[in-house]
Amino acid sequence: MRILVTVKFTPDLQSQRSFTDGSVTRTADDGSMNELDENAVEAALQLVEAAGEGEVYALTVGGPDAVAAVRKALQLGAHHAIHVTDEEVAGADVFGTAKVLAAAIRKVHDETPLDLVITGMAALDGLTSMLPTALAADLGWAQLTLASELTVADGTATIVRHMPDAHETVSAALPALVSVTDEANKPRYPNFKLIMAARKAPVAQWSLADIGVDGASVGAIAARTTVVEAAPRPPREDRRVVTDTGEGGKVLADFLIERGLA
Amino acid sequence: MTTVAVLVEQRDGAVARPTLETLTLARSLGTPVAVWIGAEPGAEALAHLGAHGATEVRHLDAGDAGRLPKVRAAALGAAASDADVVLVTSTFLNKEVATLLALETGAGVVVDAAGAEIVDGRVETTQTVFAATWNVRTRINAERAIVGLRPNTTQAAALDEPAAATPKTVIFEAPETPETLVSVEPVPQAEGVPLAEAPVVVSGGRGTNGDYALVRELADVLGGAVGASRDATDEGWISHEHMVGQTGTTVTPALYVACGISGAVHHRGGMQASGTIVAVNIDPDAPIFEIADLGVVGDLNDVLPQAIAALKEARGA
Ligand SMILES: Cc1cc2nc3c(=O)[nH]c(=O)nc-3n(C[C@H](O)[C@H](O)[C@H](O)COP(=O)(O)OP(=O)(O)OC[C@H]3O[C@@H](n4cnc5c(N)ncnc54)[C@H](O)[C@@H]3O)c2cc1C
Repeated sequence: MRILVTVKFTPDLQSQRSFTDGSVTRTADDGSMNELDENAVEAALQLVEAAGEGEVYALTVGGPDAVAAVRKALQLGAHHAIHVTDEEVAGADVFGTAKVLAAAIRKVHDETPLDLVITGMAALDGLTSMLPTALAADLGWAQLTLASELTVADGTATIVRHMPDAHETVSAALPALVSVTDEANKPRYPNFKLIMAARKAPVAQWSLADIGVDGASVGAIAARTTVVEAAPRPPREDRRVVTDTGEGGKVLADFLIERGLA
Repeated sequence: MTTVAVLVEQRDGAVARPTLETLTLARSLGTPVAVWIGAEPGAEALAHLGAHGATEVRHLDAGDAGRLPKVRAAALGAAASDADVVLVTSTFLNKEVATLLALETGAGVVVDAAGAEIVDGRVETTQTVFAATWNVRTRINAERAIVGLRPNTTQAAALDEPAAATPKTVIFEAPETPETLVSVEPVPQAEGVPLAEAPVVVSGGRGTNGDYALVRELADVLGGAVGASRDATDEGWISHEHMVGQTGTTVTPALYVACGISGAVHHRGGMQASGTIVAVNIDPDAPIFEIADLGVVGDLNDVLPQAIAALKEARGA
């Protein structure tokens, strides 16, 4: 079983995030791997462990800091790490990013075929959930997205998708792309041995030229959308916190009535 | 004139409320045409769509396979081939559909938008990001635009002089897909308004200790839907469909009441853009108070019954 997991470097959720020139500001000291990608790494590791053989590749695209994301995947147990980094990737939209990831995946797949690509359900910094679909389309592979359950048997991957009105079971022949939700599993914690090993593990560094992608076709110029304004939301005004001393419920009710909400 | 295609969300054959909001927004961008995927729309649905501005209702059916993103995207593409702008409700499925349609047509996409307008011949959208702590305006550079609109971000309004929408059937043959829909198991729907569309959401977290009676009662009194934190759904106290947050349902009701919820960043990301936020929590240092318009520090088992009684009394008076 050979599985590639795409991981994204995202700013720490608890830290202040911001925009600079239309892009999310990312710094190495307050970011790591997108939390939801931990579910993707976990799904891959579990499949390889169950198969008793196989390898997990972690792939990221991004600036120099982004290497932290694949290092995290190595700490969790991924066997190989690839970091695509190139100045021309800056400002890429979801379609540009998918194109770069797909080219890197093809390079791996052409050497030794992969069975699956697994992604997280969304990046918690952008949360658009569009990338898995765009990536599957670029690869020309089946898309099994938003999997709350994933099983692989006899060359077929089967997922359960929890939609608001129904639970769907969807299957496709391998190779396929699967995105997993945070319901799919409970990510493991890195163990000390792997943390130490991950520090020294090699990370392949690829440029756009290495994967045969023309920078002009993926970076800011090619982006179909541009952030033209970004500003922190003003804090709520007139906030009030009262302590219940026997009248808390009435205060709540009066507040709702006053605001015309009840 | 700009043609704006609106993908209709349905519930039991009727038009779901977010679509009326989307149609209302579509009118400000151009001429709305509705796209209805599924069994043929009834007279009531056609009237409803027409009243909110749809000039045409284009209907196509793909059966159960229409649940697959690729089939749905192909259907929408077939029905909206002349549209400059395509508007959908921002659901997980529609985000996938929007992505596939964009790949097909070269359109630019923004999902989770709170609004859209045309500026110098291009669509610009507004949305909140980073757990609703930032406002962002995005310009779609491409000629064609696809926008996913969040429920409750536009006030639905019928036309002053409602016109009838012309029904049209679009010939459509579903494409072969590498994905096979093996089975579809319907999930029982909670009564009342769905969470994502509710004007009021009352949520309970770990602080409820598994007893949702008070939360439900307050939701009933306020005409709202019941939400929950992930800890509560993980405990199995309430089904996953009720989970509010970044990986659950994102809600933007006029009123959000958080009961026994600490306000973790993952939870806040799914509710922080709500109109008014009220929190009841026993811990004065709970982060939820940082974003609440009114915070009541107290035991929800004391505060909620009193609030429910007071609201009922006010209503009776
Ligand atoms: C990748 C990832 C994604 C996640 N996505 C989501 C998501 O989408 N949505 C989500 O909600 N969570 C999500 N979480 C979980 C999130 O981090 C929190 O763990 C969760 O929101 C906490 O739920 P809670 O507030 O109910 O519980 P707690 O944090 O335990 O808070 C319970 C609160 O109840 C109060 N309380 C206790 N008793 C009473 C009482 N009698 N009266 C009043 N107050 C009382 C306590 O003071 C406390 O503040 C996610 C986590 C991860 C890692």
